[in-house]
Amino acid sequence: MKKRGHLFRKRLETNSKMALLVSPKRLRELGILGMNQRNTSFIGRYNQRRHYALADNKLMTKSAAIARGIAVPELYGTVDYQFQVKSVSDLVDGHDSFVIKPAHGSGGKGILVIVGRDGEQFIKSNGARINASAVRRHSSNILAGLHSLGGRNDRAMIEALIEFDPILQDYSYEGVPDIRVIVFRGVPVMAMLRCATHSSDGKANLHQGAVGVGIDIGNGRSVCAVQNSRIVSCHPDTGMGFDTLQIPHWQQLLELAAGCAEFSGLDYLGVDIVLDRLRGPMLLELNARPGLAIQIANQTGLRQRLRVAEQIADGCDSADEKIALARKQFSSESTVALSDGF
Amino acid sequence: MINSRVQIALIAGVLIALGVGLTLYKAVSLDLPLVPGEYREVWTVESKASFTPGKGPVNVELSLPVSLAGWVIIDEHFVSSGFGFSIVRDSDNNSTARWTRQSLERPTTLYYKAQIYRANADRELPDMAVEPPIKPLLEANQQAAMNRLVDRIAQQSSDSESFTLLLLQEFQRDGQEQDVLFLIDSYSDDWLTLVLDVLASADISAHELRGVELEDGRRRQTLSSLLEVHTGERWIVVDPIRVTVGVPDNFYIWQRGDGAVLRVSGGRNSSLEFALVSNSLPAKAVLGMEQRSEEFALLDFSIYSLPVEQQGIFKGLLLIPVAALVVVMMRLLVGVRTSGTFMPILIALAFIQTTLLVGLIIFLVLLCTGLWIRSYLSRLNLLLVARVATVIIMVILMMAALAVASYKLGLDQVLKVTFFPTVIVAWTIERMSILWEEEGGHEVLIQASGSLVVAVLAYMAMSNHLVEHLTFNFPELMLSLLGVILLLGKYTGYRLSELYRFRDLADPQPHEKARPSVSQASRDQ
Repeated sequence: MKKRGHLFRKRLETNSKMALLVSPKRLRELGILGMNQRNTSFIGRYNQRRHYALADNKLMTKSAAIARGIAVPELYGTVDYQFQVKSVSDLVDGHDSFVIKPAHGSGGKGILVIVGRDGEQFIKSNGARINASAVRRHSSNILAGLHSLGGRNDRAMIEALIEFDPILQDYSYEGVPDIRVIVFRGVPVMAMLRCATHSSDGKANLHQGAVGVGIDIGNGRSVCAVQNSRIVSCHPDTGMGFDTLQIPHWQQLLELAAGCAEFSGLDYLGVDIVLDRLRGPMLLELNARPGLAIQIANQTGLRQRLRVAEQIADGCDSADEKIALARKQFSSESTVALSDGF
Repeated sequence: MINSRVQIALIAGVLIALGVGLTLYKAVSLDLPLVPGEYREVWTVESKASFTPGKGPVNVELSLPVSLAGWVIIDEHFVSSGFGFSIVRDSDNNSTARWTRQSLERPTTLYYKAQIYRANADRELPDMAVEPPIKPLLEANQQAAMNRLVDRIAQQSSDSESFTLLLLQEFQRDGQEQDVLFLIDSYSDDWLTLVLDVLASADISAHELRGVELEDGRRRQTLSSLLEVHTGERWIVVDPIRVTVGVPDNFYIWQRGDGAVLRVSGGRNSSLEFALVSNSLPAKAVLGMEQRSEEFALLDFSIYSLPVEQQGIFKGLLLIPVAALVVVMMRLLVGVRTSGTFMPILIALAFIQTTLLVGLIIFLVLLCTGLWIRSYLSRLNLLLVARVATVIIMVILMMAALAVASYKLGLDQVLKVTFFPTVIVAWTIERMSILWEEEGGHEVLIQASGSLVVAVLAYMAMSNHLVEHLTFNFPELMLSLLGVILLLGKYTGYRLSELYRFRDLADPQPHEKARPSVSQASRDQ
């Protein structure tokens, strides 16, 4: 623990002096994966188009995951057509807290989080109170495609609000922190925790100012934390230091991520996972075109990890074996063992 | 199965080699210059003789241009499907094209296309025999008016030239004399014939000089007339409308002397119209075409062999691949975010019609107003589709308003807003609105400015003189362009924007130091 605290400080120091641009040679040395290479060498080569539909539709993802015994937040119901909007109140009857989101949304758009009730009114995650008609209007907007890719008509899904693990309580501000794991051919390659901040408006989206915390694949501990591509040491709103962060249920979480790669058919995949207080890791959504910001959060390039993952995938069949090897190879504490192993 | 990388490299290599090879061949064997040097303005004049046939045989005669005042015909082309066709040359060396046919069903158009350019600036017309003027036969009151007019002008003038100019001014004046009005009326408004008759009454030899006023892009130009007047020693040319002496620069003489240019027997409703396009061609190519137009097989397959209308379209179309290359480079190598892959090209094409500055201003004004209206509509809580439709209608209204306002103000350039492709602006606003909903205003700003920057670069590439020269004269370079784009499609290196994005990772850190050895080890396996 002491050593990692030192690592954090070291990174903060180096953060201050840097050039405007970095040379491509240096990026190559660091093994950073660029957008062009991601598109042609990984997404284009490994992800077949026919598998995209499953990842892009949260309802399909959910039912496929349930069929494989993968934990997901409970689905209370869906609203498929405009005339069903008035029955939203019936669907949420008996649930104090719930989430309404579009089936085709991306980047956390169009998600309405209700954390409790106050008589006839609903309480949003930021404490604001809204009435039932506002909830219906939100559903209606989702159906019209307001929050969906390309503005096409969509379905609204109502699911249980995750009570996230209290360990993560202070790492997120007004939003659910989720863990993004990049899985390549069934091998977990890189992970990060995404924490909502005030400036990201409760959304766990790095583009909008959320904090990304690189997580060590080997032990589930934090490696580094960044906000807007800048290294930070603690959460800007809660002041909680990231250097002592340890994700619980790490092995279980990696198994879930690897399991998603199996049923989705996608070989280069981003798996978004939330940690429920009672039920542990749960699949939130899949992403067939995961972004590259995870490299900044981990301060590590994806390229050689993907190369190693390729060898792991070629060398073993069972998911457990892949995870075990990945945990061994991609741990910051076992860099020596890594070069020995290969 | 060869690996796709090798395939692409092979295809791209062949395409690039083919394009460059053909270009070099044309440059060497046909002497077409690779860089824009001296240019000749070559006009393609396409005359369309249309008529409705009668019952019997049809005979159409079209006087062919005489090419005076320094103009030279490089190439001629006749379209005469189903007609007997011949060219008749008379004693004065004037040629006439003759189309004949036994019977014909429906209205027909016959084409004659000539490519001309001005070889020298010599405006002098060759000498021509002077025929004594034939005085018109008029009724007594007309004759009296005519005499009064001739006397009055003769008193004011010193010679035939000044007489002609004064006479023409008389016709162009606002408040015309009683006699002039009466004469024009009795000539049923055919004032050019009247002018010739007045000149004949004053014993001045004169005749009409028919020709085409060259104007780029005109589709339905008709013949216009100049006057040729003999001063006693020589012939001078007078423009009857502008009242100036000499052949105007853009006047291409078709026929010297009286008589109809198009004569149709066995048909009615005949009309003669001209479509005009001007191209800047390398002077060397023009000379080559003039000297050995028969040998120019390759040029025959070039854009110049197309009909005039299509030539104009291709002038623009051939530039689009260049713009596409700019977009590909900006997106893949630089990493500029644009909204829609090829929207910047469309915006750039719109700029070509309006010129850059005006286009930019109009575009920004429309975009900002459109987005502002949209944000208001968003507060009204309308459904998405209705909202976007509303924005499109508002944009069209704004464009109509801009066009009307600029017309009233007499601003010609802004008037082109009407031609500013409506679809492009409406589509842009729709995309931007959706983007605003999805990603927020910040993303709109990034993508809109990205699109505009790429569009401006594409515009600059397309309006570059060298690029224009190369694309139009060496269309085969498009193959090379295609090859380059294919290669870029396999580029897996970093984008310029990523060198900025990942700049923080560059500093050597204890953690990364161990990495290279790792990758080295794994690669060795």
